[in-house]
Amino acid sequence: MNDMTPDREERKSSLKGMGSSRKRVEDARFTQGKGNYVDDIKLDGMLSGDFVRSPYAHARVVDINTEAALKVPGVLAVLTAKDLEPLGLHWMPTLAGDKQMVLADGKVLFQGQEVAFVIAKDRFAAADGIEAVEVEYEELPVLTDPFEALKSDVVLREDLDPTADGAHGPRKHHNHIFTWEAGEKDATEQVLAEADVVAEEMIYYHRTHPCPLETCGCVASMDKVNGKLTLWGTFQAPHAIRTVVSLISGIEEHNIRVISPDIGGGFGNKVGAYAGYVCSVVASIVTGQPVKWIEDRMDNLMTTAFARDYWMQGKISATKDGKITGLWCHTTADHGGFDACADPTKFPAGFMNICTGSYDIPTAYLAVDGVYTNKAPGGVAYRCSFRVTEAAYFIERMVEVLAIELNMDAAELRRINFIKKDQFPYNSALGWEYDSGDYHTAWDKALKAVNYDDLRKEQSARVAAFQRGETRKLLGIGLTHFTEIVGAGPVKNCDILGLGMFDSCEIRIHPTGSAIARLGTISQGQGHATTFAQILATEIGLPADSITIEEGDTDTAPYGLGTYGSRSTPVAGAATAMAGRKIRAKAQMIAAYLLEVHDDDVEFDVDRFVVKGAPERFKTMKDIAFASYNQAIPGLEPGLEAVSYYDPPNMTYPFGAYICVMELDVDTGEHEIRQFYALDDCGTRINPMIIEGQVHGGLTEALAIAMGQEIAYDEMGNVKTGTLMDFFLPTAWETPHYTTDHTTTPSPHHPIGAKGVGESPNVGGVPAFSNAVHDAFRAFGLRQAHMPHDHWRVWKIANDLGLHG
Amino acid sequence: MTDKLHIKLTVNGQEEEFLAEPRELLIYTLRERLNITGPHIGCETSHCGACTITMDGKSVKACTVFIGQANGADVTTIEGMGGPDALHPLQSAFKEHHGLQCGYCTPGMITRAAKLLEENPSPTEEDIRFGMSGNLCRCTGYQNIVKSILAAAAEMNAAKEAAE
Amino acid sequence: MIPAPFSYHRPSALTDAIAILSKHGDDARVMAGGHSLIPMMKLRMADIPHLIDLQDIPNLSDISVEGSRVRMGAMVTQAQVIADQGLAHAAPLLKEAALQIADPQVRYMGTVGGNVANGDPANDMPGLMQCLDASFTLVGPNGTRAVNARAFYEAAYMTAREDEEVLTEISFDAHAAGYAYEKQKRKIGDYATAASAVLLSKDGGRCSSASIAMTNLSDTPIFSEAASAALIGTQLDDAAIKQAVTAALGDIDPTEDNRGPVAFKMHVAGVILTRAIQRAWSRA
Repeated sequence: MNDMTPDREERKSSLKGMGSSRKRVEDARFTQGKGNYVDDIKLDGMLSGDFVRSPYAHARVVDINTEAALKVPGVLAVLTAKDLEPLGLHWMPTLAGDKQMVLADGKVLFQGQEVAFVIAKDRFAAADGIEAVEVEYEELPVLTDPFEALKSDVVLREDLDPTADGAHGPRKHHNHIFTWEAGEKDATEQVLAEADVVAEEMIYYHRTHPCPLETCGCVASMDKVNGKLTLWGTFQAPHAIRTVVSLISGIEEHNIRVISPDIGGGFGNKVGAYAGYVCSVVASIVTGQPVKWIEDRMDNLMTTAFARDYWMQGKISATKDGKITGLWCHTTADHGGFDACADPTKFPAGFMNICTGSYDIPTAYLAVDGVYTNKAPGGVAYRCSFRVTEAAYFIERMVEVLAIELNMDAAELRRINFIKKDQFPYNSALGWEYDSGDYHTAWDKALKAVNYDDLRKEQSARVAAFQRGETRKLLGIGLTHFTEIVGAGPVKNCDILGLGMFDSCEIRIHPTGSAIARLGTISQGQGHATTFAQILATEIGLPADSITIEEGDTDTAPYGLGTYGSRSTPVAGAATAMAGRKIRAKAQMIAAYLLEVHDDDVEFDVDRFVVKGAPERFKTMKDIAFASYNQAIPGLEPGLEAVSYYDPPNMTYPFGAYICVMELDVDTGEHEIRQFYALDDCGTRINPMIIEGQVHGGLTEALAIAMGQEIAYDEMGNVKTGTLMDFFLPTAWETPHYTTDHTTTPSPHHPIGAKGVGESPNVGGVPAFSNAVHDAFRAFGLRQAHMPHDHWRVWKIANDLGLHG
Repeated sequence: MTDKLHIKLTVNGQEEEFLAEPRELLIYTLRERLNITGPHIGCETSHCGACTITMDGKSVKACTVFIGQANGADVTTIEGMGGPDALHPLQSAFKEHHGLQCGYCTPGMITRAAKLLEENPSPTEEDIRFGMSGNLCRCTGYQNIVKSILAAAAEMNAAKEAAE
Repeated sequence: MIPAPFSYHRPSALTDAIAILSKHGDDARVMAGGHSLIPMMKLRMADIPHLIDLQDIPNLSDISVEGSRVRMGAMVTQAQVIADQGLAHAAPLLKEAALQIADPQVRYMGTVGGNVANGDPANDMPGLMQCLDASFTLVGPNGTRAVNARAFYEAAYMTAREDEEVLTEISFDAHAAGYAYEKQKRKIGDYATAASAVLLSKDGGRCSSASIAMTNLSDTPIFSEAASAALIGTQLDDAAIKQAVTAALGDIDPTEDNRGPVAFKMHVAGVILTRAIQRAWSRA
């Protein structure tokens, strides 16, 4: 008996396992300037590559003259489509079943499109070389409106047979990509026709861009001696990139090593493959030297994968008492010149069919038509799961419009339509099985926290004061109760280019009781090295501080589909727990052997196995680790290792209640956020400090999107918002203080009940900010005004409502 | 070809001397020539602040300075502010209060924050948000950055008081 | 991101700078803080074969306040303007405006001279200087002359400065007590959606002098004589302010851009000017 044995609580807290606000292990290197990002990589003989890009949105490429460029000192070569064609690399497959030009092949389809790749001894020479390449273009008519594109005679994709099916079925027009449907068309139309009340509205979620602070880039290094290609890059899915590069280059996967080093933010921008990666690989093979490509910010905003651009026509029906009976949505999806959407293969419109949201809607129908236009290709899931931001915005706006139609309070309308706690698992009318939820509790907590009734009173008083001419500021209360779907996903219906969307964890325990675990995911700031060690600490009873987490090197990490769409915790987190349990299962046997009892006579207690009924007899996990290397145990292999490839049975469904209180200046269009309350339910909370940080960050991206950020084009297809002058990224000054809160409704199917949280704030944030703007003007007759709600557009709302009289 | 400039400057206490093309921006001098990769590049229009360093006592975006302008200057980057043997209070505070996520804005952020605290040793939250408005972050939403800087300020002021 | 190659000069005497300008004509440009010029060069939107760095030239960074006469060297930075006590006392309008320009880092390098000299209609200082009725000292191969800010701006990027002249100093008489610089912008660091500089004097309850200038609402800063005149002699009642606003709006000619359409800018210009007038009056 050891009187000095610390009690269970102390032992638990010293592990810094799940639930602990453990400080991050990543911070040491980042705060000392010792991060290792792609542009930090320097190799002997490394060359620099960069693109000649099209100034036109739609044009034939008549001629490319590289003579002058090749004479620029330091320029070694200039690649064009003609050079890539013999390798079959002038086009590459997209993640959405389409194909995309790597370098302009006869024509260009969007402003900034890659036309030639200059390879030079350094980035200075490359920059000079680019200026010297002479390209002759013949401009073609430009299509920037997807509705026009679907009627126009102008053919954008001359490489596609207009009569043949596309990747997702028949195409209705030469600029049409796919039609995707979910739910019951006839039944829904019937319900709408018979309803007491129907509200109809076009909800537009404008085009924007994830814009991580670090742009995309790579270093490709072909080792001709050993026949091995090493590719460092800003990859949110390094294994998938390895497989894709192998498929398109013909180099076998075992001879390709892909490394995602530190990544300065991803937000979906770094999931797909870009021309820069392909050209760098080719350039390295051709020159025999490493080649680095790092794009500029303008390149990033103008040509890498955009997000959103969904025109969602909605109809929502209800009884006169406000019970929603049906939902109908037709979406026109603008994909730009190529469908480079990063979606699971069977979901060309992502998970848009989560658009019934938090509401118990018995009958629904969704149809999405994808369209080509002369804009950058995409789109990607910008801090969301595939199209979930669009879906959530759609339903949260439709509910507001319905409230106006019914002349009801929007908070109450939501409450009477929430899926009830006892209805879970809930099968939605559009095909998802929601795992768990307790929406009423979250909603009541949120409304109480902001003193909702008082806010409405204040708002009424303000409207009256405005009408009396006493003030020019309106008050808006933006409500949102979102349900989102993350954690893609079950292999049976989720794959990226045929690769099932499982994920993995491989653990090795060292003799002296520390460990290393490698995962198939890759952090871009989410703190995996800190949080996944916490999962393991709880599962296997070793301190998180003794567990190294590694990701991103495809030579050593088990195969996984990467990090985006908040899938790491739901999928890799589950794999981690499962691998941990395999470790624990073997540890149990080792403990029993050491304690000379039967396997079933020991039980796990925080950091040790104790003999049932005789707790003074125990073996710590540290003891067990050493024993696994030291003892010859009959029936057991030496060592203590486990791997789990986890195929999730379902997605997870985090939810939340957000309330934004906003002041709007009717004359200048300026806004001020007085209060923002965000309640998130992500199931089991692994590290509260990190969750809070994720919410702050996601809300700020939402603020940007709702209040000014956009990728805008003029009618000639020129990008109007291609630099940070016009592409709105808020500074600390524009960003409000957020109040965060939570409820905890674990996921019943997840090994640790966790759902993921990184993207919820962007999913819920945008409708909260946007609804605040709409709510401020509701009393004056506003139903719908498209985002972003920048100064001039808010001014225009007021102007159109006659408030400047 | 233009003539190269003969440059001498001090970076993180170390004297550096070399020949450089006039068009070499200070950020490239640091990152490419001197292998000081803490300061980062996030844009080309001088907006993001990821390249922020301290030059002759001023917070400066190194992407908007030609090396000739920095000739004779005294430059400090994040690497010169503290390391494993002795961390600057801001470096500890950012870890303590989760003031970073992907880390890309962090060197510029901390370098600027240090100068901000020299300008104003006891800033309010509003002072901090205004004083840090030249540094963009996409991950944190700034709230914990503000918290970190307030904490560092408190610690530094306490240490100063204790020393007096 | 990488400019075209150029020759860099860092003369230690003004005469040397002028000589280089004279030698190379419009192939040469002087650079103060570089924070307007360098971004343009990085985007290869400005090609400057000979760049002349003014930082070593003596006597360009001083601020002097003698009685009511304020003089600032062209190389005085925005940060210096904000920190200078004498200036804050004599002409608080300058500090108020400088705090609304760009961000802290840019203010450490950006200069008053750089902000007024290049004729960028988006810059804040030109309109401010017109409001202050400032005078710019230009030194060239043929000697020194002074040009009033109100006569300096001809069109976007076109000023009264000859190619071989260097703007060395800005000076003005600081009298008026009521001041305001009101600027609407999309975020910190942005140029003005609309901005207004106002100086007012009050005598016996009535406006005895007024000076109103508008920024980023035309291809040059606009000093509105008519708007200023509309306030003089009045008690700045609503009618007088409305008249001033109408006059100012008649003098500006905004163009549509990402900040918004013309109708919006006109409306906001009026609102901003109204607020500036009200605030200046409250301080007069």
